[in-house]
Amino acid sequence: MIRLTNVHKWFKDLHVLNGVNLNVHQGEVVVVCGPSGSGKSTLIRTINQLETISEGEIWVDGKNVTDPKTDLNALRAEVGFVFQHFNLYPHLSVLDNITLSPIRVKKMGKAAAEQLAVELLDRVGLAHKKDAFPAQLSGGQQQRVAIARGLAMQPKVMLFDEPTSALDPEMIGEVLQVMRDLAKSGMTMMCVTHEMGFAREVADYVVFVDQGQVVEQAKPEEFFSNPQHERAKQFLRQLRSH
Amino acid sequence: MNYNWDWNIFFKSTGIGDEIYLDWFISGLGWTIALALAAWAIALVIGGLLGVMRTLPNKWLSGLATAYVELFRNVPLLVQLFIWYFVVPDYLPEQTQVWFKQELNPMVSAYISVTLCLGLFTAARVCEQVRTGIQALPKGQANAAMAVGFTLPQVYRHVLLPQAFRVVIPPLTSEFLNVFKNSSVASLIGLMELLAQAKQTAEFSANIFEAFTLATLIYFTLNMSIMKFMGWVEKRVRIPGLMVEGGK
Repeated sequence: MIRLTNVHKWFKDLHVLNGVNLNVHQGEVVVVCGPSGSGKSTLIRTINQLETISEGEIWVDGKNVTDPKTDLNALRAEVGFVFQHFNLYPHLSVLDNITLSPIRVKKMGKAAAEQLAVELLDRVGLAHKKDAFPAQLSGGQQQRVAIARGLAMQPKVMLFDEPTSALDPEMIGEVLQVMRDLAKSGMTMMCVTHEMGFAREVADYVVFVDQGQVVEQAKPEEFFSNPQHERAKQFLRQLRSH
Repeated sequence: MNYNWDWNIFFKSTGIGDEIYLDWFISGLGWTIALALAAWAIALVIGGLLGVMRTLPNKWLSGLATAYVELFRNVPLLVQLFIWYFVVPDYLPEQTQVWFKQELNPMVSAYISVTLCLGLFTAARVCEQVRTGIQALPKGQANAAMAVGFTLPQVYRHVLLPQAFRVVIPPLTSEFLNVFKNSSVASLIGLMELLAQAKQTAEFSANIFEAFTLATLIYFTLNMSIMKFMGWVEKRVRIPGLMVEGGK
């Protein structure tokens, strides 16, 4: 479903991505972790080309996203993206946040889009908030709406860029629960996150990124109990010391 | 100071037909409003477009808008007016020139010049307000919109502009008030708007203080009403939960 081949990216002199190879198959849940500044956010943002790459190839659902001939908008419509800071549209109600892109990009009828939105809101437990505005919601609620907004495009893949990092601790659980349910429904997911409990429970495998490279890639039970690389060991020690 | 105030002057005959001085002020106010509204419409449309252009990734388009702003902001309004009124008509095609200079009512040709001048001048200022309004939005907004497959025009139309529009209402209100105040330059090329009528009243009646006091009061009331109106608009479009109520 997602394939990265020898992906490089430079920000001027900084080598942010250094020959990344990665495969995510249909229905798989992959967790990407690594120390801050390791390039994991940049990595996930290259997949729907919110970041361009300097070298290499990225394929999503059989389409080469780095090929200038690829219709990027059509591709992005099939790839859901959830941001660290939610990025809901503050001027629109919760319902309109969710229906905007199905109506405008997929040309779905308003009634159908609203029905879909209500179903999705129900799924993330926020049906009663459909008329609220984003600023009237808590962070956890906003992120759940953002997930519903992503799902409204009926994407083939969902990408999560540190979806719980900006949340207060007591709100992390509700967002992870939604993500867990989503994983169990068979959605193909790639998540940049430090929530190791989540990784352990639902990830098919964990990808450890450091200094722009995929250092280790393993099933969660192996990664957590028996990490191979020194940098991965160190990273896990630091996580546990909290 | 030995001055005989006479507030009844406005109801006295001007000596021309059966006009009283108040009629002059009413006619002047009409020109001022017609001028300011037309100039403001031009400024909003062109300034809005330029403001969007300045935020586009295309270097040619943003460069063009930047050049416009630099040109129109760095030349005094009065100089621009003289160029529009005295210079530009000489470069029109022969027929249009004759029409503009001779056949057209001189008041109307002055009106066209000032409206264009003031509209294009204010457009440069509106452009800057719109640009900063768009740039003040968090980058995540454009990202979120692009991530669901919106085209660039859709990103602007549905996500950036509705938010930027709300951000720029207060600075645009100032610009709107400036248009009314700046419209008084029209008196210098003979358009009989409010200030010109006040000057004429002062000259005809020798009641200088009354004439300019009334003009001042009219400008003041006009601008106060606009401020109130824009405040109402701002309140109407306020985003629930997001913007705190200010200035109460």
